[in-house]
Amino acid sequence: MSVLETSVGLALADPSAVRAVEATGTSALAWLLIALPLLGAALLLIGGRATDSFGPLLATLLSWGSFVVGALIVLQLSGLAEDERAMSVPLWDWVTAGDLSVHAGLLIDPLSMAFVLLITFVGSLIHVYSLGYMEHDPDKRRFFAYLNLFVAAMLILVLADSYLLLFVGWEGVGLASYLLIGFWNHNPAYASAANKAFVVNRIGDFALIIAMAYMLATFGGLDFATVHGSAGSASTTILTIIGLLLLLGACGKSAQFPLQSWLGDAMAGPTPVSALIHAATMVTAGVYLVVRSQAIFDLTPEARLAVAVVGAITLLYGAIVGCAKDDIKKALAASTMSQIGYMMLAAGLGPIGYAFAIFHLITHGFFKAGMFLGAGSVMHGMADRVDMRRFGGLSGMMKITWLTFMAGWLAILGVPPFAGFWSKDKIIESAFVDQGNGAWQAWVFGLVALIGAGITAFYMSRLFFMTFHGKARWEDDVDPHESPLTMTVPMIVLAVGSVALGFILSWRGTFASWLEPVTGHVEHHEPVLSVPVIMGLTLVLVIIGGAIAWLRYGRDEVPVVAPVGSFATRAARQDLFQDEFNENFLRRPGASLVAGLEVADDDVIDGGLVGGTSRGLAGVADVVRRAQNGFVRTYALTMLAGIVAILGAVWVIQ
Amino acid sequence: MSGGEALLFWVLGPTCVLGALGLLFARKAVHAAMAMALVMVGLGIFYIAQYAEFVGIIQIFVYSGAVMMLFLFVIMTVGTESSISPIETISGQRAWGWILVLLFGGVAMYGVARVTFPEPVGLGGAQAEGTVTALAREIFSRQVISFEVLGSLLVIAVMGAMVLAHRERLVPRATQRVLAADRVRRNTFVAGKPAPGVYARHNASDVPALLPDGTPADVSVPRTLVARGQTVPVPYRGVDPAGTPPDAEAADTAPPSTRRGDQA
Amino acid sequence: MNLTAYIYLATLLFAIGALVVLLRRNTIIVFMGVELMLNACNLALITFARMHGSLDGQVYVLFVMVVAAAEVVVGLAIIMSIYRARRSASVDDANLLKL
Repeated sequence: MSVLETSVGLALADPSAVRAVEATGTSALAWLLIALPLLGAALLLIGGRATDSFGPLLATLLSWGSFVVGALIVLQLSGLAEDERAMSVPLWDWVTAGDLSVHAGLLIDPLSMAFVLLITFVGSLIHVYSLGYMEHDPDKRRFFAYLNLFVAAMLILVLADSYLLLFVGWEGVGLASYLLIGFWNHNPAYASAANKAFVVNRIGDFALIIAMAYMLATFGGLDFATVHGSAGSASTTILTIIGLLLLLGACGKSAQFPLQSWLGDAMAGPTPVSALIHAATMVTAGVYLVVRSQAIFDLTPEARLAVAVVGAITLLYGAIVGCAKDDIKKALAASTMSQIGYMMLAAGLGPIGYAFAIFHLITHGFFKAGMFLGAGSVMHGMADRVDMRRFGGLSGMMKITWLTFMAGWLAILGVPPFAGFWSKDKIIESAFVDQGNGAWQAWVFGLVALIGAGITAFYMSRLFFMTFHGKARWEDDVDPHESPLTMTVPMIVLAVGSVALGFILSWRGTFASWLEPVTGHVEHHEPVLSVPVIMGLTLVLVIIGGAIAWLRYGRDEVPVVAPVGSFATRAARQDLFQDEFNENFLRRPGASLVAGLEVADDDVIDGGLVGGTSRGLAGVADVVRRAQNGFVRTYALTMLAGIVAILGAVWVIQ
Repeated sequence: MSGGEALLFWVLGPTCVLGALGLLFARKAVHAAMAMALVMVGLGIFYIAQYAEFVGIIQIFVYSGAVMMLFLFVIMTVGTESSISPIETISGQRAWGWILVLLFGGVAMYGVARVTFPEPVGLGGAQAEGTVTALAREIFSRQVISFEVLGSLLVIAVMGAMVLAHRERLVPRATQRVLAADRVRRNTFVAGKPAPGVYARHNASDVPALLPDGTPADVSVPRTLVARGQTVPVPYRGVDPAGTPPDAEAADTAPPSTRRGDQA
Repeated sequence: MNLTAYIYLATLLFAIGALVVLLRRNTIIVFMGVELMLNACNLALITFARMHGSLDGQVYVLFVMVVAAAEVVVGLAIIMSIYRARRSASVDDANLLKL
C-alpha cells in the first residue's frame, strides 16, 4: 500500500487542526512564561545602571521562574487524556482589519511545551553559566537583558497560536541574536558578523512574510487552527508554494543550505550566546516551523522532498566544513548546522520523521549546549583562545570540563547509550524507509545520513582530541585552569542530560507518545535495510571515523600552524566557498543591477518622467503664478467672486 | 414689528448704513473708526429692540466700548503717521470690487426675498424667566464646552498678541551721554535740537521754531505733526501764511502726499 | 413691514463691509470692514433667534463676539508689528505673499 495515502489520511484527521479548548488551571497562566523574562529584559534595559548590581541575578531568577511555570503546565498536561492536551490561552484581539481578524493567543500542546521546557531549562542553565562567564564584563547587565529578551521572544515563537504571532517571536529572536552576536560591537568584525546574521535572516523572514500573505489569501486567516484546518481544501500548487516559502524561512533561521553562511560568523558572540541561541534553541526554530506546519507539508510531497533534500545537503555540508575548522567554536557551529540538517531531513520525511526531528532537537539542545559551554570553559581557562591547534592535553588541567565535554562528544557520535544514539539512529532508520515514492529516495537519504554520521564522528573526535588530548601546545602566556562552580554546574547538568536523556525519553516510547497528539501516529514501516544492519553500519562508521581522528590528532603530533592541505581541506576551511559564492554570484550582480537601476532611475525616471513632468508643471506654474500678485485685496476679490458664483449657482439650480 | 419698532428701524437703519458708508469713504482712519462705533451702537440698539437685551448691552459695552477703543489706540500709534496714496494701485480692483459687491448684494437680497420665513415665534417663551437667565442656561449648560473652548481661545489670543507686540531690546538703550557724544562726533545739533515755539508768539509744541533767517525749523516740532501737516503756520517776514504755506520750503523733507488732508 | 427688513439691512451692511475690505488700503480700516461684516452677521443671527423663538442665535452672537475680540487682539498686534517693520499701514505694502 502507498504510505503517501496514509499520510494524507492522517493530515485530514490531523489532531492539531482541532480547535484547542480554552486553558484552565495552571495553563491559564501560560502568559507568565513570556511575561517573566520580558519583565526582566524591560527592567534591566530601562533601569539602566541602577540595576547593575542585582540585574544579572534577577534575570537568572526570572528565567528559572519561567521554567517552573513551564514545568507546572507540563505536569498538568500529563495528567490529562491525550486528546485533551491542546489548550489555548486567548490574550487579546490583535489585528482587526476588514475581514482579517487575528487574535493574539498562546497554544499549549505537547509540541510547544517540549520546546518551552528545553528553552527555559537550557536557557536558565546558561543564565547561571553566564553569571560566571561574564563576571568581569563591564556590560554584564546589558548581556543579561538581551538573554532575557531572547528567552521571551523564543517562548513567543513556540507558544504562538498563529503564524503572525509566531513571526513576532521569530523577529524577536532575530533581534536578540543580532544584539548578542554584536555584543562586543567595539570590534568591527563582530559588528559586521551581527549584520551578516541579520541580513541573511532577512531573506528567510521575507519568505515567511510572503508565505503568510499566501495563507491569508488562501485561507483567510493566519491562526494555526484556520490554516491547518482548511489546508485540505487548498490546491496542491498553493500548498507547495507555501511549503517552499516556509522552508526558505526555516533555512534562514536554522542556517540551512543555501542560507547557512551566517552561523559560522555568529560565533563572534559570547560563548553562552552561541550555546543558547546558535546551538540549542533559536537555530532549531526552522525545524519547529516545519513540524508545526505539518498539516501543510503532509499534503505536498514536493515541498517535503525539498525539506529533506535541504536537510541532507546541509548535514553533509556542515560535516565537511566541520572537518577543517581549527576554531573550536566554528567547528561546533558547523556541527550544529549538520545536526540541524539531520532534523530537517527527518522533518522532510513526513509523519514518520516529525517526532524524531523534535526528539533529536531536544537531545541535541542538551549535548550541543553542553559542548558549547565546555568550549566556553576552555576559552575561559585559555585566555579566550579559540585555535584548537594551540590547545591539547587539557584533560588533566580541566577535569570537569573534560568529562562533561566527553559526555557531549559521545552523545553526538551516537554511541549507545548516550542521548544522540536514541535520536540520531532513529533518524537514520527513518531515512532508510521507503515511503512509496521510489526506493532510490530511501537509499539516497539513508546513505547520506549514514555517511554523515561517520564524518560527524571524525570531526567531533578531531575536535575532542585536539583540545583535550595529545601534547600541550599552549602559548606561553596561558595558564589553563578549571572554571568556577557557576560554570561547571550547568555543564554537569547538561552532561547528565547528554548521557541519560535519550534513554529516559525513549523508554517505552515516552517522548514519541507525548508528541503523538501533535505529530500523529504512524505504523512502523520497515526500512530497506533491516534495523540491526543499519545500527551496526552506523556504529562501524562511527568507530572508523573516531579511530581516524584518534590516529591523526590524538596519537600523532598536531602541527601548531595549519598545513596548506589538499584542495578539499582548503575549500572546507573556506566554508566550501560559501561566502565567495555569495559575493560573486549574488552580491556583485546585485550591486551591478542596483548600479544599472540607479542610472536608469536618474536618466529615465528622474530625468525624463519626473523631470519632464516637473518642468512642464513649472512652465504652467510660471503662467499661473501671475495670478498670485501678493495683494491681499486681490485674493479677497477672488473669494468674493467665488461666493457670488456659489450663490448664483444655487439660484440657477433652484 | 410694532409701529414703534418700525419707526426705530427706519431711523436707525439708515443711520447705520450711513455709518458704514462713512467707513467706506472716510479719508482719515479716526473718522472711519468713529463711523464704525456709530454702526456698532446702532446695532446694539437693534439687538435690544429685538429682545436680546443682554447681547445688545454687551455689544455696546464690549464692542463699541472696548474693541473700538483698541482700534483708536492703534490708530493713535500707527495710523496717523502713515500715508496712503488715494490712487488705486491694483488695476481693475476698484471696478471689479464694485461689480462683484453689487452682484453679491443683488443675489443675496434676491435670495432673501425668495425665502418664505415662518411666522415669527418671538422670544416670550424662550426667555420666560428673563433674558440673562435664559441665556445663562444656554451658555453654561448646553454650550458649556464651546464656552470653555472660547475661553481658552481668548487666553491664547492674548498670549499671541503679547508675543507679537513684544520687542526684544538687542542693544542697550542709548543714554543721554551717548547721544550727546554722538552729536558732537557727527557735528550736528551740537547744542541740541531747537525747542518749538522759540522766537514765536506761541509756546506750543505744534509751533515750529524760527531759524535766524526767519524760516520755520521743522526739526523743532514732533515728526508726527510735520507728517500730518498739523504744525501751525507762522507768518514769514510778515507775509500772510494763507498765501504761501510757510513750510513750503521744507517740502523736500517730506513727500507731498503727507500734507494735511491727504490722509486716506 | 416685518422682520425680513432686518435681514435686508444685515445683507446691505455685509456688502458694504465687503466693499470696505476690497477697496480700502489702510489696514486698520480694512480690519474694521471685517468687523462690520461680522456685525452684519450678528444682526441676522439675532433676528433669526427672534423668528424661531430659540436662544441659539443669541448664543452664537456672543460666541462670534468673543472670537471677533480674539481676532482683533491678534490682528491689531500683527498690524503693529508690520507697521514697525515697514513703517506703513497699507495692505498693499505687505505683498510678499507671491512668487
